[in-house]
Amino acid sequence: MSVIYIMVPLAFVLAGGAVWAFIRAASGGQYDDLDTPAVRMLLDEEPASRTAPQQIRR
Amino acid sequence: MSALSPAATSPPSASVAPASHISPAQTSTQVECTHCRLPMSIVAGNSGPHFCCNGCETAHAVITSCGLDGYYALRDRLEASAASADHAPRRYSEFDDPTFRKLYCREAPDGLVQTELLLEGVHCVACVWLVERLPRVNSAVLESTLDLRRCSVRLTFDPRVGPLSRIAADLDALGYPPHPARRAAQRDARRAEDRQMLVKLAVAGACAGNIMLLFFALYAGMFEGIEGGFQQLFRWAAMILNTICLAWPGLVFARSALGALRARTINLDVPIAMGLYLGGAWGIWKTITGEGDLYFDSISALIFFLLIGRYVQQRQQRFASDALELLFNLAGSTAHRVGADGACVDVPTESLHVGETVEVRAGETIPADGVVLLGNSKVDCSILTGESRPLTVNIGDSVAAGSVNLQSVLRVTVVATGESTRIGKLLRMVEDAQARRAPIVRLADRWGAWLLYGLLLLAAATLIFWWPISPTLAFDRAAALLIATCPCGLGLATPLAMTVAVGLAARCGILIKGGEILELLARPGERGTIVLDKTGTMTEGVLSVARWTGPASVLELAGALCRTSSHPVSKAVVRHLNVAPRMKVAHSHEHRGMGLEGTVIEETSPHEWRVLLGHAEFLGTQNVAIPPDLAFEADRCAANGLSPLFVAVDGVCAGLAEMGDRIRPDTAAAVRRFRAFGWSVRVLSGDREEVVRHVASEAGISPQDALGGICPEAKLNIVRELTSKGRTVMIGDGVNDAAALAAASVGVAVRGGAEASLAAADVSLTSDGLLPVVELLEGARRLMWTIYLTITTSLLYNLVAASLALLGYISPLLAAIIMPASSLTAVAICMKSRPFRPSPRAMRGQTSPGRPNTRGALV
Repeated sequence: MSVIYIMVPLAFVLAGGAVWAFIRAASGGQYDDLDTPAVRMLLDEEPASRTAPQQIRR
Repeated sequence: MSALSPAATSPPSASVAPASHISPAQTSTQVECTHCRLPMSIVAGNSGPHFCCNGCETAHAVITSCGLDGYYALRDRLEASAASADHAPRRYSEFDDPTFRKLYCREAPDGLVQTELLLEGVHCVACVWLVERLPRVNSAVLESTLDLRRCSVRLTFDPRVGPLSRIAADLDALGYPPHPARRAAQRDARRAEDRQMLVKLAVAGACAGNIMLLFFALYAGMFEGIEGGFQQLFRWAAMILNTICLAWPGLVFARSALGALRARTINLDVPIAMGLYLGGAWGIWKTITGEGDLYFDSISALIFFLLIGRYVQQRQQRFASDALELLFNLAGSTAHRVGADGACVDVPTESLHVGETVEVRAGETIPADGVVLLGNSKVDCSILTGESRPLTVNIGDSVAAGSVNLQSVLRVTVVATGESTRIGKLLRMVEDAQARRAPIVRLADRWGAWLLYGLLLLAAATLIFWWPISPTLAFDRAAALLIATCPCGLGLATPLAMTVAVGLAARCGILIKGGEILELLARPGERGTIVLDKTGTMTEGVLSVARWTGPASVLELAGALCRTSSHPVSKAVVRHLNVAPRMKVAHSHEHRGMGLEGTVIEETSPHEWRVLLGHAEFLGTQNVAIPPDLAFEADRCAANGLSPLFVAVDGVCAGLAEMGDRIRPDTAAAVRRFRAFGWSVRVLSGDREEVVRHVASEAGISPQDALGGICPEAKLNIVRELTSKGRTVMIGDGVNDAAALAAASVGVAVRGGAEASLAAADVSLTSDGLLPVVELLEGARRLMWTIYLTITTSLLYNLVAASLALLGYISPLLAAIIMPASSLTAVAICMKSRPFRPSPRAMRGQTSPGRPNTRGALV
């Protein structure tokens, strides 16, 4: 059972990583708009839009 | 199908009918497509609806099958009223001005430009789709991202490919007139604040969750036994997490408590922070010594729960302020500068300089203080002065920024711009009044002091009670008491109840800036006064026919004649009639400043009428006698501050229209309700004394409580004086009210108010009249009832916890059960409460143009 001495700190590191990722996402503005993405996924991406203009963008 | 949306009425979906469908036929007549109104040719003699293409036919079929044929009539009426003020498509050339670029755009090093525009008419998913397909409509746009809640679009475009004005015009053509997003710095600051809050919430949540896991092991160990090494590990791990939680997200409460103490007051955060930090410190000591109970799970969960409450509240307030921001930004900021060559250039108002000449077209707002150089017109200054009657201006007269040009084109030499205009000075007064206002003491904060004393007393009692047995035990019990009785439910109850109330109110068309205001509105207190503005608040705020004396057929003739004129009086008569014209006007002539004369023919019979409209002197010059009964009526209406308008048909004076600012039908009822709630009601107006008296008496307010002819400064002073005596609610709309709105305990801006009043007011209404104010007061009362209920239940929980702790029965597990139970009860009561009831009548306010959507109002 002494593996717990390693597991608990490891779990902390994992949790810390998750929190760090969240902080990065939040300060990057990913959570600024919580309403529009919910409806944006309803819009079908047309096949045509994958061509010229969007490819330049990404 | 875009023609179904109201936005598409002005350019009736030109895209539906490709031009290729209009082919010239040999034996044909020219008609309009029934749906899209494009000209088309048909085989002569063919009657009934005509369509230029299958698309229009299908659209028409769908609209009629849904029973929405009223749309076509509505469209015709809207277009008729729009046609009088010429509606050339806006060019948005001010968007290309260097000043505009500097103010609202951000340039990236690679030459691309980013800007944020606020859009009118954004409602739903389809809008997201349409706006985000902008790169296909305009190749200069690289990316377009719509924010549905804020109705704003973030554009990345390449100015080398196409100008911003073209993009703006495209957005307008899609049905979303764009406006520059002003006050960008404030928006950025708020965004940063929101992100910070979210991060704190995440950290608190992660800490609370992990501590809970560790404590599960510890509680299991309490019953099943646990190895000493593991116990120490879990205790230390929990202690570290809890310290992080206290030192980062928990600081919100520490700062607020310290701020309150520094200001020598006590708010609810003082007992909360005391419980959290004393409990935390005692826990650290217990961990180091390695014995005794720990309460880290309760402490961290407390921080997490309380932060959720704050986050929800903050988010709700953002919603209201975003909605207000949109209204604020919708106000035009374009001026037509006349260049040296006499040509007009559209520029942002900010780039105007003293000495320049601007053109102000009919229906536009005058962008700066100035002197009329060319033209004469009528100007509506009601927003500045509260006077409902339009002023006539001629060459050499001065006009103020913010007033609206009603009649014909003016050229104005700019005398003052921006801050130095009259309206700018008024705005400064507003800021001043806002800064001087005493902060609202929230109910929960008032209870905070009693709680603090109560808790300290209880903790002292515990210490004294247990000291003889063991000092350590005494400290243990006192710390447990402070943690277990931390007023979490109380801290959660008010923000949540307010959030629910503010969200529901928004659905009723009542936008509330801060929930605390509702506490003030719930009860008038001693000498609570509601101060009403007249123009636009008690009355409709536009010139209209207040009363008509005479046969209806005469009014119809007058209406037909008025259709030919763009004079405000004529427009009011046309609005009053509000039916499709059956008569034709063969000839009409406007005598400037006198009246209107013309010949009207009925379409079905060849009968002709000579119709005259105007005041008594005009009819006199045309040799028409006024019968004594109408003359008597005219005298009576003049005494009430209304202007008489006579109508003569074929040389006989046959009707009298009383022109004025009509009182809203619901005003009297609303005033009665205000009184029933215990408020006294007064009227302050900038309009003429006799008009104010008349309107007040019709609303059931005695003349000595109605003051007219009051300038904004005097209004501010009166409201200040009233506020020093008791609670005041100021209800108004104009810039002239703005300072008073800011000075009153609560300022309520009614619909269509000026941007300044929106900025100054605590509450703004998106539906007309005073009934929403009644709803607001009722809602505030219901909300307070909910808050009292939650406070009582959470105090009951605290009382149980305190007595258990005092008697020594408290344990970390018990505390960890009682505390969330109290919070959950508070949440449940708040979430089930319905302080505002969105009714069908109130919902109508939602369909108004420019009104942001209220979806997602509740978190």
